[in-house]
Amino acid sequence: MFRNVNELVQQAQDQNKKLYEIMIDQETELTEKSRKEVIVAMNKQFQVMKSSAAKGLEGVTSYSGMTGGDAKKMDEYIGRGQYMTDPTLLRAMSYAVSINEVNASMGLICASPTAGSSGVLPAVVLAVQEKLGMADEDAMLHLFTAGAFGFVIANNAFISGAAGGCQAEIGSASAMAAAAAVEMAGGTPHQAAHAMAMALKNMLGLTCDPLAGLVEVPCIKRNAAGASNAIIAAEMALAGVESKVPWDEVISAMYNIGLLMPASLRETSLAGLAATETGKMWKEKLL
Amino acid sequence: MKYRSVFDIIGPVMVGPSSSHTAGPVRIGQIARRLFNDQPERVVVRLYGSFAETYKGHASDVAVIGGILNYETDDPRIPDSLVTAMELGIDVTFIKEDAIPEHPNTMKITMTKGEDKLDLAAISIGGGVVRITELNGFPLKLSGENPAILVFHKDVYGVIAGVASNLAMNKINISGMNVSRIEKGDVALMTIETDQPISHNLINAITHMENILRVITLNE
Repeated sequence: MFRNVNELVQQAQDQNKKLYEIMIDQETELTEKSRKEVIVAMNKQFQVMKSSAAKGLEGVTSYSGMTGGDAKKMDEYIGRGQYMTDPTLLRAMSYAVSINEVNASMGLICASPTAGSSGVLPAVVLAVQEKLGMADEDAMLHLFTAGAFGFVIANNAFISGAAGGCQAEIGSASAMAAAAAVEMAGGTPHQAAHAMAMALKNMLGLTCDPLAGLVEVPCIKRNAAGASNAIIAAEMALAGVESKVPWDEVISAMYNIGLLMPASLRETSLAGLAATETGKMWKEKLL
Repeated sequence: MKYRSVFDIIGPVMVGPSSSHTAGPVRIGQIARRLFNDQPERVVVRLYGSFAETYKGHASDVAVIGGILNYETDDPRIPDSLVTAMELGIDVTFIKEDAIPEHPNTMKITMTKGEDKLDLAAISIGGGVVRITELNGFPLKLSGENPAILVFHKDVYGVIAGVASNLAMNKINISGMNVSRIEKGDVALMTIETDQPISHNLINAITHMENILRVITLNE
């Protein structure tokens, strides 16, 4: 059993195992299920992630009617080939938007760690998988890598916007995705942990103030930001950049900031973007 | 540890839009239904904190009723649950409460059918994970993820040991347990979560033990 990132990394190093193996071991021990059963269960989550990533690209509209269609625009933009950066980054952005648009349409998604942040991790894993030409059964295993870090964050801080703000949702998702990307690219457990810490640090202080309290604005686009931020942190970690603040201390900082955050900025739609003229207009219209 | 399984983090598979405000309420509704063990005639849901402010936009209302109709978190019928409940003759009321709860995502559910009544309070702690925090006025801590028995009993010595040894004789391991009471010497509630499912016969045996008033089971 690992209780923090230090123990997780230590166990991987001592046993000379991938981080995902440490998570699989812990899960089989806890549930008394076989390794195969646990992997089959994760593959189910992976398949839901894949179909939700594809579905939004066709264009979906949210339950409230407030949002939709942006993933399709992104996909068409990528198709035209006139972009500034890199197709992996753009793919990740479009998948993140796609999945979160599907979520807002009350479509089927896999929470990772939450529904509001469900686009981030699959977007990064799928885009990196395409870039590396990795098979599904290999790519899917890295959801356990992400899950290991999410497990630590959830147990030592929080993962819901109502409890800790957006930093706890998209921030945690981005941190999990960064670690998974590093391990997919062949980085060490140590580098994955640094990527996790750097991604989370970049998201500290983010509030949860969506319009009309819906998981739409700014959540959908922020999934793209969380996915991009994960890639930034993963690339830095793979380059050998390290977080100055130790891994577990970053998680404590996120927790402390969440505790200090007023309730009005934790998914109550009482302040911030939700309290703008436009926010009030939508609230009036929808609730 | 609030979260135990990797699938608490990578999961659940669910219809959107919110794990804490949609999937969480589905699970709360499911547990309420399983504890009540019948289709209610009337359901009153009181919403607090973030639930009170945002339940409509997050479809928390259709979600909790979907759970009460025994739907899973990924059931495509969830968006239509209020209509379905109406067709089944279930009277549903939502009340937005102003009181500030201890946990930001708190709801209370009252279910009735004839003389039968069940009151529970629950919180949604994130990622679709929930806790039942109160049952018929008794504080408790129940995840709903494991088999459990909830035993209302006279608050006298020996009852807890009796139930525990009955479980032990049937090779059932207790994974979590708490006991609460409102007044000393009156009625107490013992909540036991177990690793193994609890058979109907064993429930019957426990129900007929001395000083046991009522037993509610929660099997998967």
